[in-house]
Amino acid sequence: MPMALIELHNLQKTYRVYQKKEGLRASIKGLFKRTHKEVQAVKGINLEVEQGEFVAFLGPNGAGKTTTLKLLSGVIHPTSGTASVMGYTPWERENDYRRRFALVMGQKNQLWWDLPAQESFRLHQQIYGIDTQQFQNTLDELSDLLGLRKLLSQPVRELSLGERMKMELTAALLHSPEVLFLDEPTIGLDVVAQHNIQQFLKYYQEKRKITILLTSHYMKDVAALCKRVVIIADGRIQYDGSLSGIIDETTNRKLVTLQFANPITDSLLESLKRFGDIVQQEAPRVTLEVTRDDVPAMLTAILDAHDIDDLIVEEPPLEDVIADVFARVSKASDEEPSLDEGS
Amino acid sequence: MATVTSGQPYHGSRVKTWWTILKISLEERFVYRGDFALGTLMRFLPIITQVFLWYAIFAASGKSQIEAYTKKGVVAYFMLTMISRAFSSMPGLCSGIALQVRDGEIKKYLIQPIDLIGFLLITRVAHKLCYYVIALIPFAFVFFLCRGFFENGWPQASILCAYFLSLVMGFLLGFFIEASLGLVSFWFLEVTSLVFVYNLLNFFLSGHMFPLDLLPDWASEFVNLLPFQYLAYYPAAIFLGTIPPEQVWLGLAVEACWLIAFIIIARVMLNRGIRRYSGFGG
Repeated sequence: MPMALIELHNLQKTYRVYQKKEGLRASIKGLFKRTHKEVQAVKGINLEVEQGEFVAFLGPNGAGKTTTLKLLSGVIHPTSGTASVMGYTPWERENDYRRRFALVMGQKNQLWWDLPAQESFRLHQQIYGIDTQQFQNTLDELSDLLGLRKLLSQPVRELSLGERMKMELTAALLHSPEVLFLDEPTIGLDVVAQHNIQQFLKYYQEKRKITILLTSHYMKDVAALCKRVVIIADGRIQYDGSLSGIIDETTNRKLVTLQFANPITDSLLESLKRFGDIVQQEAPRVTLEVTRDDVPAMLTAILDAHDIDDLIVEEPPLEDVIADVFARVSKASDEEPSLDEGS
Repeated sequence: MATVTSGQPYHGSRVKTWWTILKISLEERFVYRGDFALGTLMRFLPIITQVFLWYAIFAASGKSQIEAYTKKGVVAYFMLTMISRAFSSMPGLCSGIALQVRDGEIKKYLIQPIDLIGFLLITRVAHKLCYYVIALIPFAFVFFLCRGFFENGWPQASILCAYFLSLVMGFLLGFFIEASLGLVSFWFLEVTSLVFVYNLLNFFLSGHMFPLDLLPDWASEFVNLLPFQYLAYYPAAIFLGTIPPEQVWLGLAVEACWLIAFIIIARVMLNRGIRRYSGFGG
């Protein structure tokens, strides 16, 4: 049986964090006796990713996305469970493995701050043992795609955030990794820079057929790039499938917007309420949230009874649906503590 | 035969890797020329105060010689410790490691196929080289002006070799001691007070504050058991001939043992620290 490129089995990670209570007295107590709390950041993840997939991890802060990427890149050890990436166990950190993947963290800087990015790239060439000709070709290709040519000799600290992110991506791709982990690659970027990076990632992934795991808070990133979405919340996988499938699977509601020809009266609103909740009302329009199966009956009834100028039936916005999923999960595990990401 | 040819390019590229790192860190160092020039000048300030202090001590004691040191000899000693310290002091190494652990920069070395200690060492070599380039002329100038203080003139060639070796080993010893201290940050995030204690011990026990041969016997036996003397006193004492030539090499051998010990300590700490880091935090 052929193995998937990335396989995670019941992966768990528990952090021990120092609990400090408020106030000076507690701080002094803390000098002698510390209380620690176990925080389960990842509570058992099973996942298989095939070669050439572009997978998005979605989840609220502290859901375990970054922890999962850290486990996969070998920065941390799991508490239990196994993982295999291209046949390697990430946390053994074999040099062979390290030459074949890359991790880009949107909030971390890998380039030398005071030097032009070009110098950091040269260093990467040496660290990863990239052949000079191949290095030059890759760098040319990447800097053309990302429009960086003129910026290569400018000190990194003088670059804008978007330019710097592009440089980070370039640095990460110089050794042509087969697996790429991206942690919030578009965080803090403006719409244009976000779009540029999306376009680039899409093109590059399709061309090179590399495997990418991405975490992002921007639904636009995900919608533009990933066919497969994994929702992680509360340290577990809550959903694994296509983006459009999330809506089918997690909600049975639709939004119906009606534009009335006649003024909207209170009695009209009252009569609408039996079909569903009114979510927006801005004359002459009213938007209702309606159970999917009820939509045809509702439309027939309303079209019979009123003059309707315009009519829209649509899925609820993806952001709202996902926020609902997150909220459900966090409600279910309210008594359990969550861990803030980062560090 | 095949193994040799397949092994060699790897080895060759390893050397090239370190060479590139060295060149790039040199470039980075030279970005801050102003800071460096100022830093070099400031190096001379403490020694001037020390010289005045010792002149006062000589004046108060009314002697022309204290133990083995004449008034001129003391000045020569302090000028030489300045050179020792130019090799063995590691500004920012320890706190730099702590900072990297604290803000997670250390991850870079876990993700990329590169060795943290090797990388730090090579950047430190660059740091020092850059410093010597800038400091060479002012140092040479000051030493030329002060040549009268060196009553014995230049030592013989073999001693000069030993002196040079002691400086290089002093650099490595200083590096590995401070790297080990910095790696403590895997266990305690904040190492500022540890560095403070180290610097204090270093100041008194390395011979930076006073020539170690002025210590009473019991104290000097104690100091001899510690590695600090190699960071300032020992090279200077070799140069001045305070250490009998037949004992010079023995001392260097002991220094080499300390060096190996601290290389091992730093390595073990890095391995354990990373295991702890990846087990707990990340």
